[in-house]
Amino acid sequence: MAKTGTVGQPGAAYTFVKGDETVRRHTFAVIVDNEPGVLARVIGLFSGRGYNIESLTVSTVTEDESVSRINIVTTGTEMIIEQIKAQLERLIPIHNVHDLTLDGAHVEVELALVKVRAKEHNRRESLRIADIFGAKVADTTLESFVFQIEGTTDKVDSFIELMRALGDTEIARSGVIAIARGSNIVSV
Amino acid sequence: MSTQQLTGAEMVIKALADQGVEVVFGYPGGAVLPIYDALFKQNRIRHILVRHEQGAVHAAEGYARSTGKPGVVLVTSGPGATNAVTGLTDALLDSIPIICLTGQVPTHLIGNDAFQECDTTGITRPCTKHNYLVKDVNKVSKTIHEAFYIATSGRPGPVVIDLPKDVQFASGTYEMPKQVAHKTYKPVVKPDRARIEAAVDLLLSAKRPIIYAGGGIINSGPNAAKLLGEFTRMTNFPITLTLMGLGAFPANEPQYLGMLGMHGTYEANWAMHDCDVMLAIGSRFDDRITGRVDAFSPNSTKIHIDIDASSINKNIRVDLPIVGDAGFALEDLIKVYKARQKKPDAAALDRWWKQIDEWRAVKCLDFKTDGKIIKPQQAIRRLYEKTVASGRETFITTEVGQHQMWAAQHFDFQKPNRWMTSGGLGTMGYGLPAAVGTQLGNPDGLVIDIAGEASILMNIQELSTAVQYRLPVKVFILNNEYMGMVRQWQELLHGGRYSESYSEALPDFVKLADAYGLKGLRAENPGQLDDVIDEMLAHDGPVLADILVDKKENCFPMIPSGAAHNDMLLGPVEEGEEAIGAAGKVLV
Ligand SMILES: Cc1ncc(C[n+]2csc(CCOP(=O)(O)OP(=O)(O)O)c2C)c(N)n1
Ligand SMILES: [Mg+2]
Repeated sequence: MAKTGTVGQPGAAYTFVKGDETVRRHTFAVIVDNEPGVLARVIGLFSGRGYNIESLTVSTVTEDESVSRINIVTTGTEMIIEQIKAQLERLIPIHNVHDLTLDGAHVEVELALVKVRAKEHNRRESLRIADIFGAKVADTTLESFVFQIEGTTDKVDSFIELMRALGDTEIARSGVIAIARGSNIVSV
Repeated sequence: MSTQQLTGAEMVIKALADQGVEVVFGYPGGAVLPIYDALFKQNRIRHILVRHEQGAVHAAEGYARSTGKPGVVLVTSGPGATNAVTGLTDALLDSIPIICLTGQVPTHLIGNDAFQECDTTGITRPCTKHNYLVKDVNKVSKTIHEAFYIATSGRPGPVVIDLPKDVQFASGTYEMPKQVAHKTYKPVVKPDRARIEAAVDLLLSAKRPIIYAGGGIINSGPNAAKLLGEFTRMTNFPITLTLMGLGAFPANEPQYLGMLGMHGTYEANWAMHDCDVMLAIGSRFDDRITGRVDAFSPNSTKIHIDIDASSINKNIRVDLPIVGDAGFALEDLIKVYKARQKKPDAAALDRWWKQIDEWRAVKCLDFKTDGKIIKPQQAIRRLYEKTVASGRETFITTEVGQHQMWAAQHFDFQKPNRWMTSGGLGTMGYGLPAAVGTQLGNPDGLVIDIAGEASILMNIQELSTAVQYRLPVKVFILNNEYMGMVRQWQELLHGGRYSESYSEALPDFVKLADAYGLKGLRAENPGQLDDVIDEMLAHDGPVLADILVDKKENCFPMIPSGAAHNDMLLGPVEEGEEAIGAAGKVLV
């Protein structure tokens, strides 16, 4: 088995920064043709290549319904996030891909419907908390409320956590929708 | 007239003909009968009846890789489509332009578990560059034209078009192909000029440069190979090629270090490890190339030119990424390099070549011959020498295993498009159908499938195709009675426990050839080798040559999985020595 030593190395011309291994959360806006199978292509890419999907929303966004916007929240190292963007851009029916986290300031909103079954004191308490969070009552019975709350993922998370402490809950969440701040409009 | 009323099936044939297609590899069935009927009524396109749909795709791959034109496949729904999946995946991983037309049950039955229905677009989504289900006859021609554009432009790949039977029967408007920019698909082919200039400056500053080129050169076309040669000679830099890139630079020129990677040469891998500036072009830092990623060429500045942005920074972080076609990039590199009117440090380059010559002196590909038994390397070397002596344009295809690696090491390629092998997927059974397709694309060429006795049985039925169309392909089996590559790994990793890797109950290949109606030959010892090769090459028809070789020979050099480039096995591992660490064992 041959082993030999290494000759002298002066090093790379560019300072070679070791890739950042920190896992970060990124929000993407993916503008796609609204055609059959396009969502399957995107989801298949994530599952096939082992990328994480924290949330995904999709809806048409043009007057003629020919174009959809997919918002994806994902996590990964810098190299993986870069790969996700490049891989998405490779799909044929994709118009463009925006890494909103990388591009700068953006607004992220989620909507949740939270049903909580609670009695007496807990019932009153749930209303008080809803008020603090600015959640609306969307439905009520004598032993339950359905609250409608919107805001950042963090805010929705903490609201749900509090409701869980007060009674049995059922939760429906929309996933994150996001858009960049400022006057710039993404072309489709 | 640019539009015309036709049935869907007629449109398929017309669209293919208008795209310049001469050959279609296919197999009929219920869901494509209208297309077969339209084929019957015309004579612009030749249909080659394969014996298995996997064979159709590999044949189309061989045709495409050897001619530079897209390969076309026609199969029926259900099992026809599922049989094509291996070939499609193979073409995706090796970036081969394929258009695969699949029949589908009529639209009103889709989703009903109808006879021979499968979700073809669902199944092939991850193994194609793109796919379509065409439900409207008026979209048939446009979709086919678009498919050709997508399959052949940018990084090439396979495209599937699923055609329900009712759409094939329906009448509609045919559209001629026209140059239209695709709405969303816009591959970048022209590299950024400023980056090319930065690349040239880096290369000019190099003291230990290397060019590492791959299949992207072949895909870009013969001109890219020509330019690669020009640039390499101009700079006097050493060059190494990937398995997919063999032939992109002439193997007999002194600047060529041979193939790199897991079974690459000592000098190529060491030069990659020790270089200070690396120009990667049309290559993708695949795991067979890099070995241990954190030990891969640790002190070099890396320039990476690739047409696929997602290939850059995927496995290895590079310093200077350039997206673009290899041919255009080389054209610009040459222009800028000439304009600089500078040369790299000649003394440093001289020292570098001296170092490389020391590595070369190891003569890592040397092998010992034996009076009694044919060495597989020897068989390939003799085959190479005799094909050179024949003066014929020679095309080599391979199956997968040790014989494939020996062919890559010992058969020298001077030109692109002469070497067809399954690199990315490593598909046993690729070589024979690929040889069929290669022969069809190159009727006067000498086409040889260098095979293993196990692999050849995976698509042996394609011998019938060769016989039917009088294709004089030669199958050169290095018969070691083992799945040799599996056996080699079992020897290195699993204590020599040869679990299921012995080729038990082999057919008599000479009799098998006879049964299929072609010539069968056998060489049992070194004394018979030359005669068998001569007879094989002289025969004006297909030949199956069974070459009995050393059963125990292993393929070296080898970088075991999980090891670094400078940690190479040059020969058999000594007793008690661990070739592969625990971490490497979990790798493939
Ligand atoms: C379709 C397929 N199945 C399994 C494998 C795994 N495999 C790689 S090489 C090999 C053995 C090939 O044996 P043979 O064709 O005799 O070639 P040799 O290595 O002996 O030259 C096997 C089973 C593969 N590459 N492809
Ligand atoms: Mg074998």
